[in-house]
Amino acid sequence: MYKTEILVVGGGPAGLAAALAAAEQGAEVTLADRNSDLGGQLVKQTHMFFGSKGQYASERGISIAKILKEKAAATGKIRILTGATVTGYYEDKKVTIEAGDKFFPVEPQRVIFATGAQENTLIFPGCDLPGIYGAGAVQTLMNLHGVKPGNRVAMVGAGNIGVIVSYQLLQAGVEVAAIIEAAPRIGGYYVHAAKVRRLGVPILTSHTVIKAHGNHCLEKITIAELDEKRQVMAGSERDLEVDVLCVSVGLSPLAELLFQAGCRMGYVPELGGFVPFRDDCLETSVAGIYVAGDAAGIGEASAAMVQGRIAGLAAAASLGYGKDTFLEKVTEAGRELTGLHGGPTGEKIRTGLAKLTLLAKEAV
Amino acid sequence: MLSKTGVPTREQVESVKPDRERLARGPVAVIECFQQIPCDPCYTACSRGAIQPFADINDLPRIDFGKCNGCGLCVAYCPGLAVFVVDETYSETEALVRIPWEFLNRPEAGQKAPGLNREGKEVALVTVKRVQPSPSKNGAYILWLAVPKELAFEVRSIPVK
Repeated sequence: MYKTEILVVGGGPAGLAAALAAAEQGAEVTLADRNSDLGGQLVKQTHMFFGSKGQYASERGISIAKILKEKAAATGKIRILTGATVTGYYEDKKVTIEAGDKFFPVEPQRVIFATGAQENTLIFPGCDLPGIYGAGAVQTLMNLHGVKPGNRVAMVGAGNIGVIVSYQLLQAGVEVAAIIEAAPRIGGYYVHAAKVRRLGVPILTSHTVIKAHGNHCLEKITIAELDEKRQVMAGSERDLEVDVLCVSVGLSPLAELLFQAGCRMGYVPELGGFVPFRDDCLETSVAGIYVAGDAAGIGEASAAMVQGRIAGLAAAASLGYGKDTFLEKVTEAGRELTGLHGGPTGEKIRTGLAKLTLLAKEAV
Repeated sequence: MLSKTGVPTREQVESVKPDRERLARGPVAVIECFQQIPCDPCYTACSRGAIQPFADINDLPRIDFGKCNGCGLCVAYCPGLAVFVVDETYSETEALVRIPWEFLNRPEAGQKAPGLNREGKEVALVTVKRVQPSPSKNGAYILWLAVPKELAFEVRSIPVK
């Protein structure tokens, strides 16, 4: 039987930070990720990160992935399993992993779920035409494999991912015809929006895509303006000739394993969907199971890293590791997290967390 | 409006502009950061103590133009690419504007290029004076553009192609 003190599921920013924090406290950690390399979405993030020094601000996401991986390796306490999918959590507290041609159970004393999120999609006539991608796929093609997704793109969604991927498309030499956003305001950071705007990319707020056209693949889309009730304004329809439509309309936490483990969950739209109830140290309603990153509620990678650190410190401390430094370290991390969520752009997350707390209280 | 189009208003731009007297003294950083986001590398990057410490990481940056010497470190480290250095003392008719540049196709020094405003509209013909590898050593560059003096607070980019 494969035994480990702490199993971290998912090697993105939250999982890497969790594994690192726990290992640095002295715990023995297994980090499992279904991808062939660690880093999660960081490996596609070519832009400089926000936040502060503690979250590697000004470093590009790809560099942060590298830094975290090197630090993880340097601890000598983390066993890394890549190409390893965690497929289930069982009543006897065992976890199963499928890795290549092997399928085996693992017996962890603590589990940190840092499973991340999946992209939301948009349904409209023609939305299944080749040439219509999620923003993650476009990033994978361009930034991992060096493949241009097309020549002229329309982006749906002006959240941070939408504006950032639009900029990355420009960097890849792809024309961006427009960024289309149904909300009346840009959801992403305005500095990201300003960056693409000054390169001539129109940002059309209160607009939506209503139809995609093409015989065998995408040839053009019809867009329209929306009124205050988000209804299409008659006569505002117009066509944009594009060979790629990139959809970036939000993320949903990957919560299946948390459900399976019996963690009590609450549906909070502000956090992206179902997320587990948890305490300040990110321990869920099931003792010994922790959550961090987008699986705990959709947010920025900088906050995910801090959450990972908190969960890793707490899981290690619960096993008796680093008890003397735990309080100091977790207090500092908590202060960072409060700061990251503290401003106007953190309002949605704060609202979501307040709702989750309320749901958890009601459930008791 | 910034929140609807990505273009800051005239008032926003005016609010971060150094006064005439400071502009007459040479290069100075202009921080076009108009939204409170959790971010403070401009403060960490500044070696002159010109960018003030952040009480809250969500504060807007505050700069003491008197202490700023226009070194441009903040241009290199701002993740939002929102800092520019403006030097209105460059020549009688032209100002020098430094912009961050993260595109593979780089212009060469001496080359002319269309100068784009914050809406991406061509407003002038500018001359690339210098193509400086970014002090952040992260693959980016800083372009030094000579622009008509009256457009020192208009030109913020050149086209990608």
